[in-house]
Amino acid sequence: MNSPEDTSRVTSAKIVIAGGFGVGKTTLVGSVSEITPLTTEAIMTSASEGVDDNNLVPDKATTTVAMDFGRITIDQDLILYLFGTPGQTRFWFMWDELVRGAIGAIVLVDTRRLADCFSVIDFFEHRKLPYLVAVNCFDGKQLHEIQDIRDALQISQEVPVLYTDARNRESTKQVLIKLVEYVLSMRRTRTVGVH
Amino acid sequence: MVLGGDEPTGSLVRPYAVTRGRTRPQLEIALEALVETTARGRSGQFLGGREQKVIVDLCGGRLQSLAEIAARMEVPLGVARVLVADMAADGLLAVHEPTGFDADGGDESVGTELLERVLSGLRRL
Repeated sequence: MNSPEDTSRVTSAKIVIAGGFGVGKTTLVGSVSEITPLTTEAIMTSASEGVDDNNLVPDKATTTVAMDFGRITIDQDLILYLFGTPGQTRFWFMWDELVRGAIGAIVLVDTRRLADCFSVIDFFEHRKLPYLVAVNCFDGKQLHEIQDIRDALQISQEVPVLYTDARNRESTKQVLIKLVEYVLSMRRTRTVGVH
Repeated sequence: MVLGGDEPTGSLVRPYAVTRGRTRPQLEIALEALVETTARGRSGQFLGGREQKVIVDLCGGRLQSLAEIAARMEVPLGVARVLVADMAADGLLAVHEPTGFDADGGDESVGTELLERVLSGLRRL
């Protein structure tokens, strides 16, 4: 329990950075993170329950999943983490933990490989996690119209779709701002709907 | 770095050796939960091994998340979770849980206020 004067309790929040393998997730995290992106690994065993004796699961039954992440100190008592999703979407077990309690997600797409993010978008929609689509423009080339991308991904008009350059700090910053604004606007709509 | 010398941590047995084979933490701790060394932890009198010393030092300055502890110690997340949970139970560490933003959980107004703080923080970057 916090004492009455302890109004600003120490806490953290996270934003998930998703997208296909090699699309630039870690680059995007690194462009705004105050630390060089770190990698954390999770081990999945075939027996998903904990094993409390010495007869542990053999090597072949384990899979290691790596996630890169960065950090932004918003205030002394509020830290924002950016977690990149594991490259392969088959590691869904890790995604559950990643999205739990997240503010929302950025789906980073490469227009040459749009299909890579279909399953990611399905997952976020199923989990009701707010997301936006950031189209990574390599060399500043905007090869596709936003509406074409929207149609190809079959996402609704409310979902923001914008161009970005994952290497550029200012560009990444704008994408993060857009996501938080979007989540706030969704909350306001929901509140209005209740009254 | 900290554990196992030059051996790659390819098997499940080796990384969990430091927890004496336990894979289940005393406390569920989120990836982004912030960990802080308490005065009891800082005193150094109650530490139970090299890993505990490393964690106490790591979290004695600025706040570190569980994910950062795992990454900086080069141990799997599950191992860090067991270690941190044990130390929190012994009063060596304080664990600050994150604010969840799930649509159907938590206090809506708390979440909104925090989102506004995150937004102004991002604009200041």
